[in-house]
Amino acid sequence: MSRTFVGWPAFPQAAAVATRDAQLRANVARATGTIRAKRAKLVAERPDWEELRDSAAALKDDVLTHLDTYLLQVEEKVTAAGGTVHWARDAAEANRIVTDLVRATGEREIVKVKSMLTEEIGLDNALAAAGIDARETDLAAAIVQLGDDLPSHVVVPALHRNRAEIRDIFVREMGRHGRPAPEGLSDDPPQLAEAARLHMREKFLKAKVAVSGANFLVAETGTAVVVESEGNGRMCLTLADTLITLVGLEKVVPTWRDLEVFLQLLARNATGERMAPYTTTWTGTTPGDGPQTFHLVLVDNGRTRALADEVGRQALRCIRCGACMNICPVYERTGGQSYGSVYPGPIGAILNPLLKGLDDPQTASLPYASSLCGACNDVCPVRIRFTDVLLELRHQVAEGDAKVKHPGEKAALRAVGAVMEHPAAWNAAIRAAGKAGPLIPKKKLPKPLSGWTDSRIVPGIPKESFRAWWERTDGGTE
Amino acid sequence: MSSARDDILARVRAANATQRAEPGAVPRTYLRHAPGIDPADRAAVLALFAERLVEYGATVHRVRSADVAAVLAAALPEGSAVVPGGFPAPWLAEWTGAVIADTPPLPAGRLDTVDAVVTTCAAAIADSGTLVLDGGPGQGRRAATLLPDLHLCVVQADQVVSSIPEAIGALNPRRPLTWISGPSATADIEMIRVQGVHGPRRLTVVLVEG
Ligand code: SF4
Repeated sequence: MSRTFVGWPAFPQAAAVATRDAQLRANVARATGTIRAKRAKLVAERPDWEELRDSAAALKDDVLTHLDTYLLQVEEKVTAAGGTVHWARDAAEANRIVTDLVRATGEREIVKVKSMLTEEIGLDNALAAAGIDARETDLAAAIVQLGDDLPSHVVVPALHRNRAEIRDIFVREMGRHGRPAPEGLSDDPPQLAEAARLHMREKFLKAKVAVSGANFLVAETGTAVVVESEGNGRMCLTLADTLITLVGLEKVVPTWRDLEVFLQLLARNATGERMAPYTTTWTGTTPGDGPQTFHLVLVDNGRTRALADEVGRQALRCIRCGACMNICPVYERTGGQSYGSVYPGPIGAILNPLLKGLDDPQTASLPYASSLCGACNDVCPVRIRFTDVLLELRHQVAEGDAKVKHPGEKAALRAVGAVMEHPAAWNAAIRAAGKAGPLIPKKKLPKPLSGWTDSRIVPGIPKESFRAWWERTDGGTE
Repeated sequence: MSSARDDILARVRAANATQRAEPGAVPRTYLRHAPGIDPADRAAVLALFAERLVEYGATVHRVRSADVAAVLAAALPEGSAVVPGGFPAPWLAEWTGAVIADTPPLPAGRLDTVDAVVTTCAAAIADSGTLVLDGGPGQGRRAATLLPDLHLCVVQADQVVSSIPEAIGALNPRRPLTWISGPSATADIEMIRVQGVHGPRRLTVVLVEG
């Protein structure tokens, strides 16, 4: 049974631990800095970038508004193309469906393509409880799984690990799960990738069942789309006899043509590439090519809850590019695991509370895991207005009927909300904290904010906005 | 007891019933063609396609049709290659390696031992340096283009369009499509790009012009 985020501490406590880990901060800063630079260059190449974002946002809003119609269309098209469609209200139901489907094949080891949804619902553990070993095949996801670790980014789940740590995990763990790491493995990235290739190839060749997510699901045609880099996705989607694909309700796009918008945005914004190396699209089953049995599981697990939130529903536009994480000064300091969810960073700060509700101190703390600098608003390809949603959620925590069970937490959170809404009080708090740069390691904000600022990153607001500071200093690295 | 399907649809409808704003029409003002070039300028489109592929780490040969056989003979390894049905036989006339047919379909373990696969494609996109395979003649089923370590794809110049919007309408989503933009790669270790993880580690494109 691998680790989960269940019982994870609220953001301030988790972040306090993470920000003290210098190695972690260095790994995260290096990775996000690299992706930011690559992305900026590729986005500058598109004179129509803003127009693509306009279209993407409008398409996703159309999907959300007519979601019932589109889901029924998906069901009809996939069924007509030889697939079987299942519906799951929540994580437990989705896990049960998949477990039963795998059990029916009699297989004990299956392969998986990286899927945030299956991480969200804890599928690997559910399968393990049924005696089924689900092996992650994406390099980063495999690093997380082999290291009994937790993901910290939606695109690069092992972004918090450096090459030496990865080498040690491979040497220690690969042999316990199949082909061992080659003798004398170094920490050279090509050698590490080769070790993963050899370890996984053996699994791909014998796997009868594969589990995947999907980046998009086309209502008009019933076509599922997986975008990936390594080819492990192609292996799973092609070589298995049975393919089980889990998709969140919000992954729908209306028409085949609409993919031209999302495919031009996704890789550029995610990894700074024009296209990811591999995009696979498939509709049901195809005689003589690929899996002959295809199951599609449509998963709610809180999405309809988010949909009912007038301001927050825009979070369901997310295409999981990770750009809001890469740009976020809070994420860069705390790393992804502090958010206590497979969805970290700005999207995690809004999506988790929307999916799960606010009556838990951990989720209720997330809308405060932001300096409201708004950098995420500018990079999001589907134009999610994070600051609007964060403020709305803070309002719901502070004023609404949400029951934050931990009373001390609630007081601190309410106080932060009050300060944020009163610039004079906020500035006073900042001044009290001193001009220590982006972090406040020792000095604390006055009570009742002190619990929060133990770990909270407070922007140096007085002279320039945090945003301006962030840009001027290249993310605080100068 | 109501089904999950009915419950989810009811929840969706209930959530949407309370929403005030109806979203507007979807704007479509983004470019239909690759930025920076005139899509009617074929030489520019082909040059862009080749440039993008090279940036990805693919090997590109631009050849006249009379020279395809000679170029393939030089570009393919001496060993064996999977040759899908419908791949023009004259193109392999000068290559001396072992032609492996995928009929009846080879087991995955056997495909894994073949050195290369040669294919045609359904479409190609200059702006993103992309080949699209749809399993049509000369392209084979997906497993055959995945397991061998070298993928050599022959592209006819008139198959190359400038942009994704130009390509997508001509593709048939009912067929399983593989969009290939350079060789398999990862940046999962410290964001350092490593070419070649699980898919073919080498991609060679032979672009046939005239
Ligand atoms: S919220 Fe926007 S920027 Fe963040 S991962 Fe989702 S699509 Fe990308």
